[in-house]
Amino acid sequence: MSAAAVVTGLGVVAPNGLGTDEFWKATLAGEHGIGPVRRFDAAGYPARLAGEVRDFVAEDHLESRLLPQTDYMTRYALAAADWALADAGHDPDELAAFDMGVITASSAGGFEFGQRELQNLWSRGSGYVSAYQSFAWFYAVNTGQISIRNGMKGPSGVVVTDQAGGLDALAHARRQIRKGSRLIVSGGVDGSICPWGWVAQLAGGRLSTGDDPGTAYLPFDARAAGHVAAEGGAILVVENAATERPSYGEIAGYAATFDPKPGSGREPGLGRAIRVALDDAGAEPGEVDVVFADAAAVPDLDRAEARAIADVFGAYAVPVTAPKTMTGRLYAGGAALDLACALLAIRDGVIPPSTHVRLAPEHPIDLVTGQARSAAVRTALVLARGHGGFNSAMVVRATPN
Amino acid sequence: MALTLENLKRVLREGAGTQDGVDLSGDILDTPFDELGYDSLAVLEATSRITREFRIEFDDDAAVAATTPREFLALVNAG
Repeated sequence: MSAAAVVTGLGVVAPNGLGTDEFWKATLAGEHGIGPVRRFDAAGYPARLAGEVRDFVAEDHLESRLLPQTDYMTRYALAAADWALADAGHDPDELAAFDMGVITASSAGGFEFGQRELQNLWSRGSGYVSAYQSFAWFYAVNTGQISIRNGMKGPSGVVVTDQAGGLDALAHARRQIRKGSRLIVSGGVDGSICPWGWVAQLAGGRLSTGDDPGTAYLPFDARAAGHVAAEGGAILVVENAATERPSYGEIAGYAATFDPKPGSGREPGLGRAIRVALDDAGAEPGEVDVVFADAAAVPDLDRAEARAIADVFGAYAVPVTAPKTMTGRLYAGGAALDLACALLAIRDGVIPPSTHVRLAPEHPIDLVTGQARSAAVRTALVLARGHGGFNSAMVVRATPN
Repeated sequence: MALTLENLKRVLREGAGTQDGVDLSGDILDTPFDELGYDSLAVLEATSRITREFRIEFDDDAAVAATTPREFLALVNAG
C-alpha cells in the first residue's frame, strides 16, 4: 500500500491575520480583513475593495538580497514557507536536498513587479528593465524561490487552475510523498492587486462592485453579486505518515473534475469531484463533519455548489462554512488557506463562521453563520472551483496522534 | 569617467541587495562574485545600472562573464 501523506506544518499570510495563530484567532472571532484597495488608487475602477495583508514588513522576514528580485506575493510565500517549516520542526539544512520538493499553486504571478518593469520598458526603454523581470513576474516563481532558499531539489512543480489550484497542488504533493519523497512544501500564496492584475480580474466578470466591506462578498445569500479579490494564502508541509512528528491531519482523499462545455445542459462536475474524493478517502458522506465551500458568490455557481453538497450529503445534513467571507477570494491561495482552516478545525474542534451572510432559503445547506460552532471534527471536505471549469475536492482526516 | 570599486559596491547593493554574512566594506577586489552572494543576474543588473547611471559604453556580455570585481572593473573601464 502506498504511503499516507500528512500535514506537519502550516504557514499563513492572510488579510485578517499574519501567521497561523493570529489568522485562526481572527477567523474564529469573525474578524474580517476586507477594505478599500490600498496598493493602488482604485477609485476609478468598478471594483474598489480588496482583502489586503496588513502589517507585513518584508525586511523583517527576508534578507536584503531577496528584496530587489521579489514581487510582494513571493515575499509572503517565502515567509509562509519559513513558518511552515519551523512549525513542522524542520531545518531544511539537515535534510538531503533531493528528499525535499516544492509544489505550489499560482493563478497569475508577480504582477505588481511585472507591471512596474513593463512600464519601465515602454516609458524609458529596455535598459531600465530589472534583470529580475526574467523570473520575478513568472507564475512559477514561488516554487522556484522556496526551492532555492531552502535547498530543496526534489520533485517540484506549479499548478495553475485558478482557485482550485490550492487543492491540486496538495494532491500533487501527496502523489510525490507516495512515490517516496520525504517532504514536500506545498500550498499556494497569491496576489495581483495592481492595475494590471485588476483589469484581468475585472474581465473575468466576477468581482463585486460594492463599497461596503460588510456586504460586498455574500456567497449563498440572495444579495450575492460577485467576490472581493484578495491576497495571501497558506503553505503546508506534507510528509509521509511514517514521520514521528505530530501532524495536523492526513490528506485522505482527492478528486478533480472538469465542467462540461457551457450550454451543453450536462451537470457541472463538482458533485462528481465530491463523490470521487470521498471514495478515494474510503469515507461515507455521513463521516464528513464539515464542508469548506468554494463560495463563489455568483448566484448560479452558489446554486450549483449548494445542490452538489445537498445531493451527496442530504439537505441541511452537514455543516458548511466559508471563512473566506472574512478575507475575500485568494485565488491560488484560497483553497490552501481553507485546508489550513480545515486542519485547525480538526485540531480545535470548532468550525469557523461565514460572516455577513444571510443564507438564501433556496440553498438547502446548514451554513455556519454568525459565530463559530463547536463540533468534533474528524473528517473535513474542502471544495474549490477555478474559473473555466476546474472543480477540486479534498478530504482531510484526523491522524491518530 | 572610470567606474570605481566604491561605485560598483553601491550599484550592487542598490540593484541586488546584500547577502547576510557578507561584508562588502573590506578588500573584495579579488573575491569571486558568487562568494559575495551575487549570481550572474545580480551582475547583469549591475551592468544595466552602470550603463544608465555612468553612461559608460562597454562590452556588457564580457562584463557579465567577469568572476571578480577586479575583472569587472577592468572590462568596464576598458570601454
